[in-house]
Amino acid sequence: MARMTMIEAVRSAMDVSMARDDDVVVFGEDVGYFGGVFRSTQGLQAKYGRTRCFDTPISESGIVGTAIGMAAYGLKPCVEIQFADYMYPAYDQLTQEAARIRYRSNGDFTCPIVVRMPTGGGIFGGQTHSQSPEALFTHVCGLKVIVPSNPYDAKGLLIAAIEDPDPVMFLEPKRLYNGPFDGHHERPVTPWSKHDLGEVPDGHYTIPIGKAEVRRTGSAVTVVAYGTMVHVALAAAEDAGIDAEVIDLRSLLPLDLDTIVKSVTKTGRCVVVHEATLTSGFGAEVAALVQEHCFYHLEAPVVRVAGWDTPYPHAQEWDYFPGPGRVGRALAEVMEA
Amino acid sequence: MVDSARLSLHVPEPAVRPGGQPDFSNVKIAKAGAVPRPEVDVASEDIRELAYSIIRVLNRDGEAVGPWAGSLSDDELLIGLRNMMKLRAFDARMLMAQRQGKTSFYMQHLGEEAVSCAFRKALVKGDMNFPTYRQAGLLISDDYPMVEMMNQIYSNESDPLRGRQLPIMYSSKEHGFFTISGNLATQYVQAVGWAMASAIKNDSRIAAAWIGDGSTAESDFHSALVFASTYKAPVILNIVNNQWAISTFQGIARGGSGTFAARGLGFGIPALRVDGNDYLAVHAVARWAAERARRNLGPTLIEYVTYRVGAHSTSDDPSAYRPKTESEAWPLGDPVLRLMKHLIVKGAWSEERHVQAEAEIADEVIEAQRQAEAHGTLHAGGRPSVRDIFEGVYAEMPPHIRRQRQKAGY
Repeated sequence: MARMTMIEAVRSAMDVSMARDDDVVVFGEDVGYFGGVFRSTQGLQAKYGRTRCFDTPISESGIVGTAIGMAAYGLKPCVEIQFADYMYPAYDQLTQEAARIRYRSNGDFTCPIVVRMPTGGGIFGGQTHSQSPEALFTHVCGLKVIVPSNPYDAKGLLIAAIEDPDPVMFLEPKRLYNGPFDGHHERPVTPWSKHDLGEVPDGHYTIPIGKAEVRRTGSAVTVVAYGTMVHVALAAAEDAGIDAEVIDLRSLLPLDLDTIVKSVTKTGRCVVVHEATLTSGFGAEVAALVQEHCFYHLEAPVVRVAGWDTPYPHAQEWDYFPGPGRVGRALAEVMEA
Repeated sequence: MVDSARLSLHVPEPAVRPGGQPDFSNVKIAKAGAVPRPEVDVASEDIRELAYSIIRVLNRDGEAVGPWAGSLSDDELLIGLRNMMKLRAFDARMLMAQRQGKTSFYMQHLGEEAVSCAFRKALVKGDMNFPTYRQAGLLISDDYPMVEMMNQIYSNESDPLRGRQLPIMYSSKEHGFFTISGNLATQYVQAVGWAMASAIKNDSRIAAAWIGDGSTAESDFHSALVFASTYKAPVILNIVNNQWAISTFQGIARGGSGTFAARGLGFGIPALRVDGNDYLAVHAVARWAAERARRNLGPTLIEYVTYRVGAHSTSDDPSAYRPKTESEAWPLGDPVLRLMKHLIVKGAWSEERHVQAEAEIADEVIEAQRQAEAHGTLHAGGRPSVRDIFEGVYAEMPPHIRRQRQKAGY
């Protein structure tokens, strides 16, 4: 078993899938010859040829639209939107088309596509390279939404997504591409090569879509997080010395409600953490579900920690990005209630 | 400071509004048979004039003339005539059914029957259309059962789409008819993707994209052209210019580009304009484009010049924005009458047989309607189960939808 970065794990997932199934094709802006701006498709064109991994015109709607047509034909396209911030021109194709083709045709046509996109902040990308648009997708029936937090999950979930019969949005937290960032931006990044979850099998394996993972067991409070915020939540629990249980959702739609309910029923307290802006963010959905299903077990109101309701600023990135300090204050708040 | 007059915005207007005299003097119509027929491997830059002229086969005397004539036998033309008549009769019955409250909505094809009916005959089984809402002729001409179409329109218990789609938004993989979206132009680029997939798999099947003149203003139209051009996709890019996008005349979407077909030229795509009311011309041009695609020569863009005689839909009132007699003034005539005349001139048809055929088709449509209505209409009789609301969102029902289905009592 090799140790991989998340980029390498993502690339390995596509490599394994393309080797196993001739119908898997990979395309997007710069993904062919160059191998993508983050290099996640590097080497795939050389290995599988120009008709299975290729560059496209700069047209997100064109990328997703052609992928939908290919899926209707019978291929399994796995396309890249260069940054999640650029998916908006493709939003119509994703929400009105990809998401509904199975339903409106009563299964006559289906849409097994994967749309990968680097998401989130933490690399000084400013307002146009840092967004976390997952809630825009979780509101759409017919889509599946995945946000991995480590290389092992990223590979297993991406293979599962490629093999899934429905359209899957695969959001890759770019701050985690090279290491398990813990929110302490002033500290050096620990590489995945020194992390347990950097150990990734070379071959084929899948992780089921719709299953959360408990990253840290505890009895005092449940922290629900995904993507980069899983690592921030773990750091905050350590820093604060609180017996927190940390749930990594991995899949936002479908959501593993059972794991959340089981944990909150046990702890009686819940903090939801995400990097996207607070208002109408995915944390609101989790908070509402916890209220609905765990109300009589709650010792304190559910608290959300999220990005501010402003565009992502460039110079003040570390004041925007929810770090262990903000999560720690939220933990203290629910523990005092 | 530049010393010039103040700027003013140009907003295009049609030549005539309600109450005025219809005027199509601006529609330049080539003589039938006058436009050359190039080889299918011609370069787009060598046939630029075909994007500005109009390919026509049937002349005013009902004769088929010129280099685009002869792509169909008499028997095939008789089938074409019957299909157009069937579509017209189907439209009339369904329009009436909507007025009787048996369904919520309908869109008819009056005046445009030749476009989809003739085009379908240039494709073969396995090819895929990505149609808009006014190409039911693709199904009729492929012998898709009218009862099924009506079941869909009525959203009844036998609706193949389980009551989930607006009337007329059919879907049939078997008949090469992709599920219709109400969102405009989104499927133009999907057709290109389907065609690319066929090329990736070294298949022989081709795709056809469909759009109306108004929707060419959507960005997906332009995305489709750039992808089709870049990858030389085996796709036919159809633009049905029926002069009206609901109440907006075609000049608004077209801008100053000259013709819709000319848009293909900037992408290096061979572009042709054809008389959309001439069954023979539509078929000949479609076959030319299909052969190009099948020979791996890439996409072709075709503009069908036609006229929407009816309202945009049952929710539209065209008398509010155009002269009532405008359709009668349309210079390219009626596609059914033109083909009928041609067949009579050839001695393959007669007025009497036409009247007889009309009666037979009317019976056929009424019988189909009777069968469909036995399964219910939108507000009466059998209907899909409420359980169908929850099925088929995903291949496998996820827990949250299962919970909601149970909450609904199913």
